Order: sequence, then structure tokens, then C-alpha cells
Amino acid sequence: MSGHAARFGALALCSALLAVPWLGSAFYTELVAKTLVLSIFAMSLDLLVGFSGLVSFGHAAFFGVAAYVLALLTPKFEPASLWIALPASIAAAGLAALVIGFLVLHTRGVYFIMVTLAFAQMIYFVFHDTEIGGGSDGLYVNFKPDASLFGFKPFDLADSVQLYYFIMALALITYAVLTRVLRSSFGRTLMGIRSNEHRMRSLGYPTFRYKLAAFTVAGALAGLAGFLYAVLYGFVTPELMAWHQSGNVLLMVILGGMGNLLGAATGAFAFVGMQEVFSNLTKHWQLPMGVLIVAAVLGLPGGLARLPARIRRAVPGTRDDGERNE
Amino acid sequence: MSDPVLVADRLTRRFGGLTANQDVSLALEQGRLHALLGPNGAGKSTCLNLLSGELAPSAGRILFGGRDITGLDAHRRSRAGIGRSFQRSNIFHRFTVLENCRLAAQARAPRPWRVFNDASRRLDLLQRAHAAIEQVGLIGRADRVAGALSHGEQRQLEIAMVLATDARVLLLDEPLAGMGSDESMQMVELLRKLRATHAILLVEHDMSAVFELADVITVMVDGQVLESGPPEQIRGSAAVRLAYLGHDIGDDAAPDVHAQPRSGVRDG
Repeated sequence: MSGHAARFGALALCSALLAVPWLGSAFYTELVAKTLVLSIFAMSLDLLVGFSGLVSFGHAAFFGVAAYVLALLTPKFEPASLWIALPASIAAAGLAALVIGFLVLHTRGVYFIMVTLAFAQMIYFVFHDTEIGGGSDGLYVNFKPDASLFGFKPFDLADSVQLYYFIMALALITYAVLTRVLRSSFGRTLMGIRSNEHRMRSLGYPTFRYKLAAFTVAGALAGLAGFLYAVLYGFVTPELMAWHQSGNVLLMVILGGMGNLLGAATGAFAFVGMQEVFSNLTKHWQLPMGVLIVAAVLGLPGGLARLPARIRRAVPGTRDDGERNE
Repeated sequence: MSDPVLVADRLTRRFGGLTANQDVSLALEQGRLHALLGPNGAGKSTCLNLLSGELAPSAGRILFGGRDITGLDAHRRSRAGIGRSFQRSNIFHRFTVLENCRLAAQARAPRPWRVFNDASRRLDLLQRAHAAIEQVGLIGRADRVAGALSHGEQRQLEIAMVLATDARVLLLDEPLAGMGSDESMQMVELLRKLRATHAILLVEHDMSAVFELADVITVMVDGQVLESGPPEQIRGSAAVRLAYLGHDIGDDAAPDVHAQPRSGVRDG
């Protein structure tokens, strides 16, 4: 894609996102907000799966931990301060990822997948089977976090439109920050590890530390997503960290295209879109959706992110711009 | 003759019941090329892996600049200045030649917490990467994807990556394996140049190259050092001749029975 087209695309995308609250009903605004939250979640997982070669099947644990931190920090009859609850949620998720990462990153391949799943299930059962967070019923977040700072309130998350823009801004910031990080020495090191960890170690890289850093950052960002999810819906349940959540976000990343941040976000939109369409059509919506996902994975290696390039190549007369990297 | 840079002191490595290396001692000196010869399975690669830190010895010590580094991980040894190349090209297939070398250069000055810099703009690293590419003769290939290079070029890249790490000691595992004759000649020239500024351990089956380049040759058989000395001594050694089953050592005309075609293709 030329720089010009990319800039135009970015502008169009931002305009579309800005316009959402003015176009559809409150239902659709909330749906897009939810999808943006899931985009953050998917991008954070892509940092592991797509860029570091670490297929985590327990990413929902960090999403859920952060959501629960908000729920537990919110008093019954008043809101929690955004400026305390948000950093606390992210820090808790990041800390959980640091500890779990330290243990699971000693394994590789299919063992890594299984061990991440096992840890996530452990956390799930801690919240499901104990009274810490209301057991299997979960907890209500009765009030959206309060953004007041020294008596000044820059925005109000209780207002659904402002909440939408807050989530949108954080999704864009997440995208921008991750893009920047991936271009840095740190990001290049991760990609080197994904490509050939043995050689990276032989060149002098302490690869474990880099992977742990990536796992922690990814966990913290999943925490950001979990926090926003709890703010948006006003309640948390253990199901937020159940294994099918980890599976769903993995599907979003695969559907969108691993190793491509916009692809991960696209995957989130495609996933939610399909969910909406199919669940309106039939009670057994998971069946056609599953078939479609299998078809997409088989028919579109590289995911939806590769679709524009494929179309360009398929249309005669257009130039192959050579951005092939498979 | 200077003090040895890297010393292997009676290294032994067992794999279960198999003793792959037994009491192997070597000393690498700055400005000298030390060649390691031996039939397949003699333990040359094990020895290299012990020195580079990919394997831990069962017994014995490794000294680097007088310091005991026996317990040091592979990545720490590399950071300390011990670089190694691999027998089968061990490169980043999807990255460009330049990015392969840039990553190698970055290993010595990683700045891991600079998460917001633009890696492709670190001029010091780019310079080092370009210098390494030039040294091995890959100029004009810098922007090629490594996986699309010819086999010989991948071998050159393999060496360039080690050079980009700015290592003092080079442990080279069959750099000439599977190369055409032109490429081989180029590589021999490069090794000759590198010899002046590095301490080199060369594992190689190409006898003519070994006898042309080596200052010292150590011959291994069955995991043990059979004989070690200057090329003339090895060439005249009856024991070495016997170990090679009558094949003339250092005779260019003799076919090299130990050289095997290697595919060298492995995606990481």
C-alpha cells in the first residue's frame, strides 16, 4: 500500500469510528464500543502469537483479572476513581502475566499452549469457586469510574457517547503504541525470536527475558481491554476468563491475520459481525459461524489482512506491490 | 605468540553412555587460525557446541581471556565476544540480508528497554551490518530476503552475522560446506583476512582450504584429540594417515570422502 493510500485509509477509518454514535442507535454504538475493546484484546494477543511466536491459549485470564479489579475497587454506592482503578487493573493484569509468564515460558510449542490454558483455568476456578468476586454469579460494577481529578471532571464515562469515545481513543492509542514498539529494537528482537530463537540466543540475546517482557506487556494490554469491558457492561463474571474467551480472541487474531495489528482488529470486527448476523438468523448460530471460520482460515491464509493484496493481485492490470512476506 | 584467548581444558561431554568428547584441550590465539579435523562423528561439532555454550561439559573448564566461563550461557558468551556460525545456515529466512545483520549487530548493544526508538534508524548498527555484508561479499544483496538467496550466499550471510556481532573469537562450523568453487575461493580469502584480527576455530572438511589457512591443526578421532600441531606435522603424521584410512591428507587431487552434500535449508 502506498503511503498516500494508507493515510487516506486511516483517515476514512477514524472518521467512520468518530461518526458511529451519530449514525446508529445506542445499541450499535455499544456494539462497536465492545468490538473496539475486543480489538485491543486481539492486538495484545497478536503481540504474542503473531510477533513473538507464542501461542497463548490463556489470554482471557488477564482480561478477566483486570475486570475483577475494577469490580472489587468499585464501592457499592459510589464510583471508583478512574485514575486509580485503571492503572490498578492494568498493573494487576500485568503482574499476573509476569508471574504466569515466568512459569510458562519455560515450555514450548504445544506444551506452552496447554500450560497457558491450565493457568487461565486455575484463575477461572479461583473466581468461580470462591467468594472473592461473588462466585459464579460475578459482581456488578454499579457505577462507571469517575474521571474527576482535583475537582475537575474532563469527561463523564456514565455518558454512553463519551464512554464510546474514551474506548475509541484508547484503542487508537494501543494501536499506535504497539506499532511504535514493534518498530523498535525491542520489537525487532521479538520478531527475530519468532523467526529463529536458537540463532537469537547464539547471537547474544537473552531470549527468555524478551519473551517475558512481551508476555507481561500483552497481559497488561489485555487488562486494559478487560477493564474497559467491565466499565462498558457494568458487571463481571468468571466467564470473562473462561477458556472459550481465550479461544475466541485467538480466533480473532487468526481470522484477521497473525502478525498484523490492523488484522487483529479486523478479526475482532469480523468475529463480532458474524456473531451478530448468525445469532439473528438462527439459534444454532455457532454452527454456521464455525464453518465460515474454518473456510476463512483454509481459504485465506494470512487472514483478512491479506485480502486487499489478494484482490489487487487478482485484478488484472494492477501492479503487484511486492509486500509478500509469506 | 600471544596469550591464548580461548582455552578448552580437558573438556569431556557424555550423552548417556556415549562419550562424545573426552579430555579435549585446545587453545585459540589472536591472529591464528586453528583448524579442527576429523572424520564424521569424531566430536568436532560437540567440541564447538561446548565452546559456544550450547552444550555444558560433563567435566573440564573453558577459559576466555583467563576467566573461567564454563558456566556461562550461550548468549552471555556471545555478548562477551565469542561468535559462532553454523554448519547448516541458521539465518532469519524472512528477513532481508541487512535486517539479519542488523539484528546480529544489535545483540551486542541491545538497549532492550528502548521500546520506542526506531530500530531501522540506529546508524551505528546499520554501519556495522553494512560493513559485515561488504566483508563477506554480499554487497548488492543487502535488500534481498535471506530465504531467496542461493545456498552459497546463505553461507556468506551466516558468516556476516557472526562478524556483525563484533566477536573476537570466531567458531566456524564448516563455512565452505556445499559452496561452489568460486564461492569457496572467496570465503578462503575472507578467512585469511579475518585471521589477522581474530582468534579462529575452523571446523572444515575441505582439506586444501584447511592446509592453506591453518596455523595449527587438531585432529580428533572418536571424541579424543589424536594429534595437534602445525600443518607440516599433521601432514606427515602416520597416526593421522591411519585414522583417515589411507586417504592422503592435504592432497588436492584426492576426493574428499567426508564432505557430504548438505541441503542447508532450514526454516526457523
